[in-house]
Amino acid sequence: MSPHLPALPVVVPLLSALLITILGWSNRRLPFPIALVALTAGLLSALGLMKDVLARGVIGYNMGGWDPPWGIAYRVDHLNALVLVVVMAAALIGLIATRDRVKAEFEDRIVPFYTLFVLFVTGLSGILLTGDAFNLYVLLEIASLTGYALIGLGEGRAPLAGLNYILMGTIGASFYLLGVGYLYLMTGTLNMVDLAARLPGLYDSHVVALAFFICLTGLFVKMAFFPVHVWLPNAYSNASSAAGILIAPLTTKVMIYVMIRITLTVFTPDYAFDVLDIGDAVVWLSVIAIVMGSVFALAQNRLKRILSYIVVAEVGYMVGGFWLGNRAGITGSILHIVNDAAMTLCVFLAAGALLTRVPGDRLIHLQGLFRKMPVSMAALVVGGLSIIGAPPTCGFFSKWYLISGGIDAGHYGFVAALLFSSLVNVALFFRVFEIAYYEPFGADHGHDPRAHGASGREDAPAAMLAPLVVVAVLLVALGLYSGDLVSAIIQHAIPARII
Amino acid sequence: MESIVSLKPLAAVLVSILVVPLIIRSGNRPNLREGWTFAAAGIKFLIVASMVPAVLGGAKLELTIAQVLPGAAIAFRVDAFGLLFALVSSSLWIVTSAYSIGYMRGLDEHSQTRYFCFFALSLSATIGAAFSANLLTLYLFYEMLSFATYPLVTHHQDMEARSSGRKYLFYIVGSSIGLALPAMVYIYTVSGTLDFAAQGVMPASVPPAVLTALVLMLLFGFAKAGVMPFHSWLPAAMVAPTPVSALLHAVAVVKVGAFCVFRVLTGVMGADLLTGAGLGTLVCYIAAFTIIVSSLIALSQDGLKRRLAFSTIGQLSYIVLGAALLTPDGLTGGMLHIAMHAFGKITLFFCAGAIFVATGVKNISDMTGIGKRMPITMTAFFIGSLSVIGLPPCGGFISKWFLVMGTLEARQYAMLVVILTSSLLNAAYFLPIVYRAFFCTEEESKFDNRMGEAPLWCLVPLKLTAFISIILFLYPKPFLDLARLAVVQILGGP
Amino acid sequence: MSEFIDFFVGKYNYWAFILLMMIGLYAMIAKKNLAKKIIGMNIFQTAIILFYISTAAKGGGASIPIIAHGHGHGLSEHGARAADYINPLPHVLMLTAIVVSVATLGVALTLAVKVYHQYGTLEEDEIADRIRAQTGGEP
Repeated sequence: MSPHLPALPVVVPLLSALLITILGWSNRRLPFPIALVALTAGLLSALGLMKDVLARGVIGYNMGGWDPPWGIAYRVDHLNALVLVVVMAAALIGLIATRDRVKAEFEDRIVPFYTLFVLFVTGLSGILLTGDAFNLYVLLEIASLTGYALIGLGEGRAPLAGLNYILMGTIGASFYLLGVGYLYLMTGTLNMVDLAARLPGLYDSHVVALAFFICLTGLFVKMAFFPVHVWLPNAYSNASSAAGILIAPLTTKVMIYVMIRITLTVFTPDYAFDVLDIGDAVVWLSVIAIVMGSVFALAQNRLKRILSYIVVAEVGYMVGGFWLGNRAGITGSILHIVNDAAMTLCVFLAAGALLTRVPGDRLIHLQGLFRKMPVSMAALVVGGLSIIGAPPTCGFFSKWYLISGGIDAGHYGFVAALLFSSLVNVALFFRVFEIAYYEPFGADHGHDPRAHGASGREDAPAAMLAPLVVVAVLLVALGLYSGDLVSAIIQHAIPARII
Repeated sequence: MESIVSLKPLAAVLVSILVVPLIIRSGNRPNLREGWTFAAAGIKFLIVASMVPAVLGGAKLELTIAQVLPGAAIAFRVDAFGLLFALVSSSLWIVTSAYSIGYMRGLDEHSQTRYFCFFALSLSATIGAAFSANLLTLYLFYEMLSFATYPLVTHHQDMEARSSGRKYLFYIVGSSIGLALPAMVYIYTVSGTLDFAAQGVMPASVPPAVLTALVLMLLFGFAKAGVMPFHSWLPAAMVAPTPVSALLHAVAVVKVGAFCVFRVLTGVMGADLLTGAGLGTLVCYIAAFTIIVSSLIALSQDGLKRRLAFSTIGQLSYIVLGAALLTPDGLTGGMLHIAMHAFGKITLFFCAGAIFVATGVKNISDMTGIGKRMPITMTAFFIGSLSVIGLPPCGGFISKWFLVMGTLEARQYAMLVVILTSSLLNAAYFLPIVYRAFFCTEEESKFDNRMGEAPLWCLVPLKLTAFISIILFLYPKPFLDLARLAVVQILGGP
Repeated sequence: MSEFIDFFVGKYNYWAFILLMMIGLYAMIAKKNLAKKIIGMNIFQTAIILFYISTAAKGGGASIPIIAHGHGHGLSEHGARAADYINPLPHVLMLTAIVVSVATLGVALTLAVKVYHQYGTLEEDEIADRIRAQTGGEP
């Protein structure tokens, strides 16, 4: 494999953004294929990195050949290689699936849309790969800025939601920057490995603790952890369906990754779980996040808003599982990053598919959809079952590890919150299914099969259905292979001292 | 005891999943569509039946699908008990498919394609549960069955179906996620495995209070077993078309619940552990309570299907009781009751459906004199009643006999009284129906003397199951052999 | 008392940046006008930039890191003493941060313009009223 492999997932989308901008103005048909090639290359290099990491362990790479601490070091281990594959795969599938939607929704703005999207992916993969705390901030802002713009491009309330997202997002990023500043003050380095090496001597320092809390708070805002989640439901539910499909599965998951990276690699588990001893408090916060996210979801009457609040609850799953501080919990959290990305992609994609044929995503619009759009609804059912946590879909297995972690840690509040949220998810999804299952109560209701002939069937375009079906199948495949995923990859992503 | 790796269990599960696309494709050609159902049902039964010789020879057929958790795979293992249950379900699917055709076409029901699809899926889940090698796989198929039967329960898509569907989900899925799942994770956390083993997998270090909690969580968590107070989904589910009530809510679904409880008590907890902690007795009393109370409620029900539903709730607890007795005869009785009750109760449901198709009558009070109108149906009903009550010459007698022997063996004399009382109650709620159907004056009768049976597709299946109920009394050997072998496997004896 | 004065005066740069940050945060949270919120956001970001810059400073007459008298040969002849120069790294970092904050401001203003075109106002209450009027009271 090429020694420059770790740079490719960042560099290729970055260059493709340039290409799209230059070539796209002359030919409107070019941006999509360019983005497709770039993301395919990104996915392949991510898979290559994964293979290398599995074969050789951690890979280091110095951007531009500059050694740290002067240059920026990239560092690939099991954790970020895994999340990178997930991000690239989700982005690629989303890109393919939304082709028609983008054409329809952004007719004259195809070039900026795809430019922003590949830059968004650039930012995310940079966040994942970088081993430098300040570089992470810059890439965080690249991903965020493009995300704001992608959401703000939509119609209706999207610009307003985007603007509120900017305000919250900037607070989050600035807090992170501030935290990094304090760390730099105390240690004189920004390289994560160096930071980890120098921090143990400073465990008693209040400034280090402050730096950690400020970073964590900033990341909580960015990942939409209750109660600083308020930007997310509006942003995701009002975004155009294409932007929602592309962004929703990725942003929060990458932010969870950053939290895990900062806590495990920079501050070390000893510091986070033992010296500070805040695990219990954060898990309780996540209990509140899970419960409140679920309760708010119940109160919504639009499909995409329901899904958005479910994302908020799922963030609670991952944060809580991680801060349990034991192997099962952290395994569950990392596995849930993978699974939740796939699940969110599936349900948002299904919602997008439904929106091609119905006027809006209010629940009342969904009547009779099982008959009209059986494939899209079937995919939504699979996604829903996975979010509920029914085996053999992948959602069951991450929930299994999370519950197991909760029991190991003796944190029964967390276990109860997980079960509560599963039950609420049953109610949420079956409310949707029920409405879609029952016909509008019209005159022809009931016993005449000819009244709903094949002519009533009008599913989403095949270009959207095919990726949707792939994702739905993937949910089951991920479930069946979760044992391998955990034993081959995730176990190596967790420091050995955590049991 | 030898283990053979075999694809047969997987094939038995998959055959009815694979037939679904075919059913959908031929949705507008009903005869071809039902042909696919029959083909799948026939193949499934043959596959299941072909495993009998090997299993009776003492072997276990195994297949691991995916190692999803360390120590807990998605895996099949066919032992005598699972095979017994699979044999009952798969054979009755053939009969029910025939009955479905008569019933659904007789009433010109809508969405028949969907109906047959989900029926096939439900059967896959049932067989999967029967062949599960561990609690995880069992839970997987249990949940699959819950979701696959939801569209069947709510088939009529009216307000009543909607509220019943909600109740169904609330009880079944709510209890399995809220109770069974955490108990299962806990067991996995302390024991590191979920496999069914002869004397259970629980380490001795688990404190008795936790053990009690786990047993109760799993007993109520598998709410399909209908143990009170988690029973009221079953009467609600009676809004489904009658073939669904017949096969799923008298055989497949509810017995998967009882099967799960059986497996938990014998395979996860282990007979010795439970006896030692006195938990067998606790479960016995819970089951006894359900048996008596449900029979009393059944007495007051006028809707025929509702009365049958409450009867089912009571009969399911017989199976639970058999498991909780934890003695060889008790276990044998419990297992046999899965088979015997299935044939008896499905006959009764078939009759209820046939009456509805032929006359549109649902309530018992409107059935006075119906024996003259539908003599064959009501004769079958009488035979089914005898089997459920547990009187010779029907199969139900055999299983009840073993249960009674089991109570003596376990010295649970109170349970003996419960079983006998319940039998009397069963007679009290079934026999008046038969009596009033045949013996009434001309004035009392609500029907004229003209014969008018249900369509042949309905009639033949109920004759068949009634006939088998009698045969099972005369010749119980296949099921008895399997049950006896299963007891040996469960108790881990020689 | 003098300790207090030392504490406050000695770390005056921190107090200044905290004050600025709070002003920015206050504007972002409490103001109802979107333009004012955006201004608050910019103040907030600037406060952090100032914090970084102030950490680079050193006492004792350290100046900007440009080697004096050193036309090419200076380094090899005299050597450079770190204490003579302020820390350049925070400055470099903040160059990037300034770019980020300018970009953020740009995106925010663009969206604000879009919002203004849509609703004819930047006051949050009035926007909420208009949305309610459009959707008939539903969220």
